[in-house]
Amino acid sequence: MGMTITEKILAQGARLAEVKPGQLIEVQIDMALGNDITAPLAIDIVRSAGVKSVFDREKVALVPDHFVPNKDIKAATQVKILRDFAKEFGIVNYFELGEMGVEHALLPEKGMVLPGDIVIGADSHTCTYGALGAFATGVGSTDLAAAMITGKVWLKVPESMKFIYHGKRPPFVCGKDLILYAIGQIGVDGALYRAMEFTGEAIDELPMADRFTMANMAIEAGGKNGIIAPDKATEAYVRGRSRRKHRFYASDKDATYVETIEYDVSRIEPQVAFPHLPSNTRGISHVGDVPIDQAVIGSCTNGRLEDLEIAAHVLRGRKVAPHVRLIVIPATPWIYRQAMHQGLFDIFLEAGGIISPPTCGPCLGGHMGILAKGERAIATTNRNFVGRMGHPESEVYLANPAVTAASAVLGRIGGPGELGVIPKD
Amino acid sequence: MKLTGKVWKFGDNIDTDVIIPARHLTTFDPRELARHCMEDKDPSFAQKVKPGDIIVAGRNFGCGSSREHAPIALKGCGLSCVVARSFARIFFRNAFNMGLLIFECPEVADAVEEGDTMEIDVASGKIFIAGKGLSFAAQPVPPFMQELLRDGGLIPHIMKKVKRA
Repeated sequence: MGMTITEKILAQGARLAEVKPGQLIEVQIDMALGNDITAPLAIDIVRSAGVKSVFDREKVALVPDHFVPNKDIKAATQVKILRDFAKEFGIVNYFELGEMGVEHALLPEKGMVLPGDIVIGADSHTCTYGALGAFATGVGSTDLAAAMITGKVWLKVPESMKFIYHGKRPPFVCGKDLILYAIGQIGVDGALYRAMEFTGEAIDELPMADRFTMANMAIEAGGKNGIIAPDKATEAYVRGRSRRKHRFYASDKDATYVETIEYDVSRIEPQVAFPHLPSNTRGISHVGDVPIDQAVIGSCTNGRLEDLEIAAHVLRGRKVAPHVRLIVIPATPWIYRQAMHQGLFDIFLEAGGIISPPTCGPCLGGHMGILAKGERAIATTNRNFVGRMGHPESEVYLANPAVTAASAVLGRIGGPGELGVIPKD
Repeated sequence: MKLTGKVWKFGDNIDTDVIIPARHLTTFDPRELARHCMEDKDPSFAQKVKPGDIIVAGRNFGCGSSREHAPIALKGCGLSCVVARSFARIFFRNAFNMGLLIFECPEVADAVEEGDTMEIDVASGKIFIAGKGLSFAAQPVPPFMQELLRDGGLIPHIMKKVKRA
């Protein structure tokens, strides 16, 4: 009986010849991740267990990225818990300000997660690494603590759902649109407890940055993990980033899927998710008149260099509309530096935007761009729940970087086509 | 073990940002988190809720973030249990790990009203709505999970086993 890529990775992690959906297994992990929100609680648990070391000093990553640079005393205290623990336990992958980036952009960039890996992270968007052909899923602080101690985690093998994306993407349609479209079709619990496997020629053609975006948002459909079989693009991405060996897995032809859904991407236009669920999606031509107060380009979903490049392409020579705030957040120091060297910062600044250091900040209503009552933002982030970016009576609309940049200029939600922007390619 | 409590009702897709907004995640103190539980949905919830009360919700309860602060906040409020049509995966895991009792029961959400008194037999998963004469069967909690919940969550449970060995 054939296995899916998810089943193959999990079987290998459990040292079993095969696994089946529903089976409870214990797997060896390749990386355990925590941030300044989730790791303090996990560290408290590890300490109270009386443990003096973690299972592997190189396979634990502590990334203070949510309320960093520390927004207040409490946030500073949380990060200090990580810093002290990292020092005391000899954690290799602790990232101080200056090296620190948004965790799900930082780990792949540093080669800390690779194809074939099993990764658990105390952050729901840990599923991002599925873009590399890894099994990666979010857990809570207790599971992180147990994993830091034992190097293992128990999992239920998920059923797999196959998403086949046919055709060629129209201009300004990104990975963000492909995943928002799917979430709009199946709903925020449409893939509950399941693996979401993305395939098809449109995925083959998709740049790595866009693949990360798609896997990142699997959780927004309730998915346990999102995954894309590694190929030449994956190989090119991981080459030179790590000395550790990676393993390419692929689904068997006779693998079993609980559901198969097919889309023709040539018929998909840029998507906008309306408040207050990522599934409230509409094509850009059906948005209507939605004025905005703020535009945010960044986050683990769309804060990569390619995202900033497309935003800059739209913003070049244009000005942000009066009374609209544009916030650009490169996700890592490397992205920050590249964007600066490429002159993207000049474009953002001349347009009237500001550039933030790497942080999760506004995405979760933490800091660096909180919304007041009644305000409305368009963002390249991943969630638009009630109160997500600030006041419970504010609104967040999700879109790709091109649409977000264009909306900042228009002062209302709209696409780059309205501004007469010519696609790059 | 039998639980009896007053019902608070919520709809579908109650996300972790609603259960405990991110702006309060600079602590993991249960008392402080409990003070802000559900505040973006109902600012007075934390004042109104009484120990032993039960939340009944629709589909996908706990969707969103992996923050364990969500079950901690609910437990901190003294809630004895959450009954929902379905739970988001990470929340489901976190609830057990934190020792918060949860039951999946699609029928209950339709039948129960806010303020009703609900009785739950934890071992069998039988749910009774007092005053309405209605009873439902939720998936019972497996014995090892019941033990875990009695111990107060995964870590106390493991520590107890370690001590015993």
